[in-house]
Order: sequence, then C-alpha cells, then structure tokens
Amino acid sequence: MSIFVDRNTRLLVQGITGREGSFHSRQMLEYGTALVAGVTPGKGGQTFEGKVPVFNTVAEAVRATGANTSVIYVPPMAAAAAVFEAADAGLPLIVCITEGIPVMHMSRAMPFVRSREVRLIGPNCPGLIAPGARAKVGIIPGNICSPGRVGLVSRSGTLTYEVVNHLTRAGIGQSTCVGIGGDPIIGTNFIDCLRAFQNDPETDAIVMLGEIGGTDEQNAAAFVKEHVSKPVVGFIAGQTAPKGRRMGHAGAIISGSSGTAEEKLAAFAAAGIAIMRRPVDVVQLLRSKM
Amino acid sequence: MNLHEYQARALLKAAGIPMFEGDVASTPTEAEAVARRLGGTVVIKAQVHAGGRGKAGGVKLARNPSEAADLSAQILGMTIKGLTVQKVLVVPAAEIATESYVGLIMDRDTQRPVFMVSSAGGVDIEEVAAKTPEKIVRLPVDPTYGLFPHQALELAFVLYRDFAQVKAAARIMEQLYTAFVNNGASLAEINPLVTTPDQRVLALDAKIVIDDNELFWRPDLGVLRDDSAEEPSEAAARRANLTFIKLDGNVGCVVNGAGLAMATMDLVKYYGGEPANFLDIGGSSSPEKVINALKIITADPHVKAILFNIFGGITRTDDVANGIVAATTQFKVNVPIVIRLTGTNEVEAIRILEGVGMRALSDMDQAVEQVVQLARGAA
Repeated sequence: MSIFVDRNTRLLVQGITGREGSFHSRQMLEYGTALVAGVTPGKGGQTFEGKVPVFNTVAEAVRATGANTSVIYVPPMAAAAAVFEAADAGLPLIVCITEGIPVMHMSRAMPFVRSREVRLIGPNCPGLIAPGARAKVGIIPGNICSPGRVGLVSRSGTLTYEVVNHLTRAGIGQSTCVGIGGDPIIGTNFIDCLRAFQNDPETDAIVMLGEIGGTDEQNAAAFVKEHVSKPVVGFIAGQTAPKGRRMGHAGAIISGSSGTAEEKLAAFAAAGIAIMRRPVDVVQLLRSKM
Repeated sequence: MNLHEYQARALLKAAGIPMFEGDVASTPTEAEAVARRLGGTVVIKAQVHAGGRGKAGGVKLARNPSEAADLSAQILGMTIKGLTVQKVLVVPAAEIATESYVGLIMDRDTQRPVFMVSSAGGVDIEEVAAKTPEKIVRLPVDPTYGLFPHQALELAFVLYRDFAQVKAAARIMEQLYTAFVNNGASLAEINPLVTTPDQRVLALDAKIVIDDNELFWRPDLGVLRDDSAEEPSEAAARRANLTFIKLDGNVGCVVNGAGLAMATMDLVKYYGGEPANFLDIGGSSSPEKVINALKIITADPHVKAILFNIFGGITRTDDVANGIVAATTQFKVNVPIVIRLTGTNEVEAIRILEGVGMRALSDMDQAVEQVVQLARGAA
C-alpha cells in the first residue's frame, strides 16, 4: 500500500496542454499512472496523446471520467484559482506543482480548501509517487524510485531525488515519496505525512527531509516523539545558510534567530530521530534501524 | 524585496495613514531645501536596507537648514553594514507623547496575515518578542473577509484609552491592512506609531517587505527595487533569472534545485571547505543559464574551485554539459571545475564533456571532497 495515492487513483491534469503540463503528463502516462482527464479552458473536446480527453472545466472532467485526484501545472498567477476550482469540484486530493504563487493567494485559498475537507499537497512541490502502485502524480522521476517499505517526505525536489537514488541503489524501496513543497504556506505538512505513514501497514520506516525556515520540522519532531513508533531518519538542509536570506525556496529563510538548522536538529535529536549528516547517510541509518 | 523607509512611507501615505511631512534627498542641497520647507529641527535618516542605522551614525538631528546640509553630507556616501547610503530622509523632529508598535506579517503557522501590536514601541520588536512576549498582542485576520471593524477597535484599545485616539488608531489598522494586501506585502510595520502632546496619532517610521512572487505581475512595485542596495553579483544573477546568494567561502557552487543547493553547501562545509555562494539554476536549465552562472561565480576573486552538482530530473544534464562547454570556450575559467552530474541524459552529457577533455563524476560526496581539496590546494 501507499499513502494519498494508490491503484485507485484516477488522475486529472489541470493545464495539460501547457509546456510543463504536457511534458509531465507524458511522463506520468509512461510510468503507468491512470491519467483519465485533462483540463484546459477553451480546449475541451481535444484529446491528449490520442487517449486522454481534455475538458473545459474540472467539474465537467470529474462528471465524465470519475477523476479523484488533480495535479496542477498552471502558471503562478492562475494557480490559486485552479486550486479553488478543483476543491469546488469536490476532488479529495489536489497536488499543486506550480512555483511562484503569491503567498496572499494561498492564504485566501487555504480556508476554502479546509472548508471542503480537501487534501492539498504543495504548492511549489514535486508531487508524490507510489512505486508499488505505479502511481506518479507530479514530477518525481520514476526511474530512480523502486517499490518497497520506506516512506519519504520532503520540502525539496532535487534533494529528494538525491536521497531516493541512494535508497534505490542500496536496494531499499519506497512505499510513497511525498514532496510537500518549499513555500511558507502549504496544504500538507510533515505531521500529516508522518501520521499517514505511521498508519500505513506497508510502511516500515520514514525518511524526513527538512530545511531551514519556519517551525514545521520542530512540530513534526514533537509529533514523532508522541505518536510515531516506526523508525524515523531526518535531514535538515541549510546548515551553512546565512540569516535573513531567502534560499531559493520562499519558505527557506531564517527570520530573526528562528528556523535555524541547529534548532531543528536539536528537536530531531530530542525526539529520537536519527540524524543524517549527509544525504548518503540515509542508507546506513535506515539499515541500523530496520 | 525590502523597501526603503521613504518608499514604505509613500505607500502608507497613499493608503491614508497620517504621518509627519518629510521628503527624501540625494544631495546636501536637496536636504537643506527640505529642512527649510519643514522648518524647525529635523531628523536626517540614512536610507539603507540595514538595521541599527542610528548606532552606525546614520540618523542625526539638525537644528537648522545649513546644519541639515552639513549632516547630510556626512551621511550620504557613508557605508552601513557594507551598504553605501545614496539617499537620506528628512523629517521633522516631532514632539512625542507615546510610542507603540504596529506590525502585520504573513504568518506561516496560521497561514494568515497576523497583526502584532504592542504599547512597547520604538524599540526592536524582536527583542520584545523574545524577552516579554506577553507585551505583544497577536490577531490573525481571515483574508476572505479582511479586517473586521471590531478587530481594528480591539487592536486600537490595546494601545490607547482615549476614545478619540482609539478611533484614530483603528482607522490606521484598517488602512495598514489595505496597504498590506494591495501592495502584496509579506510584512508592513509602523514602528513607532506615536501620539503627540496635542493628542494626534501618527506613523513615525515605516517598513514594508514585498512578497517576491508578486513582482512578476506588479511592475509598479518592481520599479521600487534599488539595485544599488544589493550585492552587485546578486543583482546580475537576478537579471539572468538565477537565484544566487553570495557567501564568504572559496568553493563556487552551481546546483539545480534549492534544497540540493543548500545540501551541497552543507556538504562542502562537512568536508572542511567553505561555500562561496548559493546558486540554484532552476529546473529547465538552458546552456545560457549555465554560462551566466559561471560568469557570475568566476567574477568573485575569492573563488578557488567550482563545483557543478546536477541531479537531472526535469533538468537535462546534457543541457548543462553544453553550457559548461560553451562557457569555457567563450571565456577562460582560471580555476578548476569539478562536475558531478547524474540523471536525465547523463550518457549524452558525459560524451559531450569527454569530447572536450573534461570529466564528470556521478557521486556527490566524491565530487565535493575533490573540489574542497582543489580549493585548499590553490588557496
């Protein structure tokens, strides 16, 4: 099994005819994801890659195809509107890949998303992948993943690939890899993923890749201490980052003296999370804990 | 993006927030003219993106226009925390009865704009937050509805007892919220909000930080950017669509993705080196981006060796390889380059690099160890 996505995932792509959307839709199809619909206003009636019907609205696509998950590749200025549309259509899972959405847009979208009891993953994230279910929703390269029993949650994209690659090469497969995103306001946080992995009977251990900025990792560490019985291995990127500077991700910033790597690593240590000093350490730490 | 005080003042004034008259000046003559127009004693304030301006000698009191000119001449051109003062703000030295703090930030935990007000104003609010957090009242605002009138009153009552002042402050809260939303701010601050002996409520100093993600569709805000207030290499990188932050080390880093870029810097440190920069070339890396990245990094004389760390997902490693080859044929790179690349199209990338006698590693640790050694040997 896996978390959030599985063999029952029926995926809809918002922005399927755009440059990013079409490229990644082909990759998701190739991987074996059940991509059942695309949405681009004004392009309803077209067919993507000769097999995926394109609709004008999400509601129409859901009615026609029974899609239950949406992934968003629309440009930053229209991305929050796409989240509202997907939530309004009643989709229980929305994954927003788009980077660069104004924070105020997300601040407005979140109360609506919560009122509809929808799970939003992202924005500014690589999405998620469940190798055993051949379900890829987002942009995580399928070829570096392998089916298995380690759950991975991360605020980053390529750092996730680096770590997943180490796991796969060492013969350690993954139940699900989730990228929750590098923005200050995101729909799904570390705790949401930790809880899901703890409850997933086919996940035996958890890898958590955090970074500087905010308090999500500290809160997650407290949660691990109280509620997670499975072994957890953690990493914090940005130990050499200067204060007050936005390190690429809008959320990766040490404000004042809070959100530092030391603070987060101390929280990890206090919660019994095994700390990776380097990405490659993930393999040895997991082996010693599993 | 940080705004200067005079820019923040202009945005708050446009929103209707009452404040003392004042104006910005780039020369002593201009400052003298402003001081003459204002009359009486004035304060000359350096306009730089740095805290502690007063302690650095960037804020001075001038009793008459000619003193304003003299003091401005001292402050203009002065360096505060590495930044050269290009402009001064001239404002009247007002008589003040009380000082308070009013701030509005986009809060990560509540995912909403949150007001912070405190009657302990005019001081470093972070210090207040750390030492006496009970002196700060916080109030989250639901952006769907905006600030309710009763919330504005509630905040104003934290600061004042006199109902005329409470009403004036409540109006300022509403105006500050409007300015925050309309200008795509992630922080808007009045510190201090003051009362005068004749009972007026006015903003004395203002600070605004604009959410960088708004700039894309708000050219009117983009023009407020002051390139001279930035590290020149960072301004150049921004114009080339690269995310670059200059640091003090000697190992130049070119990486795709922010998380991996941070992890790479950390690994440089782990193996005993010091990173010279943070640089994320982003997802879709055209050869041009790589050329620009190399230009910016090699312009730093402290850089003794350069590391490429590319994990090809969306990024095609052959694009990066082409960029490295094009850059090194366009201009001479005088420091050693260590290339680590793996992922999408890596076979093609390695072939391209080997065609010009360059090598690529596939292991991140090995590459970092090697570049640290090379930087140390050259230093």
